[in-house]
Amino acid sequence: MTTTTEAAPPQVIPLDATKPRRKLTAYWLLLPGIAWLVVFFAVPLVYQGSTSLQTGSLEQGFKLTWHVATYWDALDEYKWHFVRSFSYAAIATALCLAIGYPLAYTIAFKASRRWRNVILILVIAPFFTSFLIRTLAWKTILSDSGPVVGALNTLHLLSITDAVGLTSGHRVLATPLAVVCGLTYNFLPFMILPLYTSLERIDPRLHEAAGDLYARPFTTFRKVTFPISLPGVVAGTLLTFIPASGDYINAQLLGSPSEQMVGNGIQKQFLNVLDYPTAAALSFILMALILGMVTVYMRKAGTEELV
Amino acid sequence: MSRVFKWIREHLVVLAGILALAYLVLPNLVVFAFSFNKPVGKFNYEWAQFSTDAWTNPCGVADMCGSLSLSLQIATLATIGATVLGTMVAFALARYRFRGRAATTALIFLPMAMPEVVMAASLGTLFLNMRIQFGFLTILIAHIMFCLSFVVTAVKARVMSMDPRLEQAAQDLYATPTQTFLKITLPLAAPGIAAGALLSFALSFDDFIITQFNSGPTTVTFPMFVWGASQRGIPVQVNVIGTAMFIAAVALTVAGQWIGNRRKARS
Repeated sequence: MTTTTEAAPPQVIPLDATKPRRKLTAYWLLLPGIAWLVVFFAVPLVYQGSTSLQTGSLEQGFKLTWHVATYWDALDEYKWHFVRSFSYAAIATALCLAIGYPLAYTIAFKASRRWRNVILILVIAPFFTSFLIRTLAWKTILSDSGPVVGALNTLHLLSITDAVGLTSGHRVLATPLAVVCGLTYNFLPFMILPLYTSLERIDPRLHEAAGDLYARPFTTFRKVTFPISLPGVVAGTLLTFIPASGDYINAQLLGSPSEQMVGNGIQKQFLNVLDYPTAAALSFILMALILGMVTVYMRKAGTEELV
Repeated sequence: MSRVFKWIREHLVVLAGILALAYLVLPNLVVFAFSFNKPVGKFNYEWAQFSTDAWTNPCGVADMCGSLSLSLQIATLATIGATVLGTMVAFALARYRFRGRAATTALIFLPMAMPEVVMAASLGTLFLNMRIQFGFLTILIAHIMFCLSFVVTAVKARVMSMDPRLEQAAQDLYATPTQTFLKITLPLAAPGIAAGALLSFALSFDDFIITQFNSGPTTVTFPMFVWGASQRGIPVQVNVIGTAMFIAAVALTVAGQWIGNRRKARS
């Protein structure tokens, strides 16, 4: 409404507006990188679609026979893997949000400048210890004679989780709980960083204004802080859910065969069974389901700018 | 007592934040502690006895340091490749309007929105069918592919936030396009390029899923070594490397910030 009082944005003269010849420069700049992505990312995806419809063996070669039954067989054999993948990933994402939000909030609003940097380093630093080593460390933490199982047993919580099906036999390792715990841990930084970026942009005076208007702290959070941080929530949930649903490392290292996820299936079909059509069909279904979910979710959440 | 409750209620968010941080850092502490363990048997999951053997002899395990050096080589080359290609794409996206822009943006975004295992399996299938020998080259190609998007995102954000008037001023002062680029544009974009390169290095060095689908029998990277060891028996030296990497990363970050602060203070 009062745009005239605002400072004029810096005048941007598009470089290509002045010199039409420069448009070519853009294509030269794009060429190597885009070619790389087309050849090693897009073409393989299309190729995989074709592989999933082929039949044959490694010795005799594969032929495109439009064998759609591979999909039904794969779905039939791995339906529970899909169910587990998406439910573990959903629980892990919810946990990441619940655990990550307070930390992102603390970094953005409660920590002093010095502490803010220290905590941010601590959030990012685990990335630099191979995540396989860190996941293996959970084997020690959750081991049968370890402190976690001991504490849960003393509180009689393991009986409850046993009854719900999260754990079994009064142990945590080799149960769904261990896998979800590992997934949550592995992808937590991917939730915290976008949350922090969106929270950090919030003007603290908005909190004061809400307080002046007699909003209680929780109301301020619900009506002001959380809605503004929504783009961070959307980005964070996507960055956790997508890799978590395709993960097979946590299920392999912390779970038992009955916790295996789709990723384990793809890995087994590709590297051990050498049944490439089934592996291709499984990853095609996984990709389609995730892209579908992401599209619906982004429509609902109503944020387009992610890149 | 009610005072204690009041204090807890007022600091609930911070307390939850500290707990979250503890959850994040705990495994690193375990890795550190167990690097001083002298385990009974082949696996290093239960505490037995204090020992500094692993630290005094970090390369005492067959093949481990070889895999470490392979990972460092691949990460360095992948970082260079992805940073050069990604920076070029980022400049094109940030600075030019051209046909096919939306498609380009989608192509950059998709690898980041795709589960790793899908990319891994599809690229592996392609190499397999083209009868390309799995090995160093296939791993490098795959790593450059998935690091590229992250570089583009980091550099593009930086270039978009740069004031174009600075470059226009340089040209008004009769700088040639090359001079403008080298003296103004590149230094201004450097933090974004550095962030993209660092991220690439970390992603490539730590990558397991894509590597597992695209490596040959003789090219065992460090994560692949750890994976194999987790099935056969884990040497304590793995924890030493993990801890050393953690310390080096923290030291580098702190040093980088310190230099940055000093530079800011001087100017």
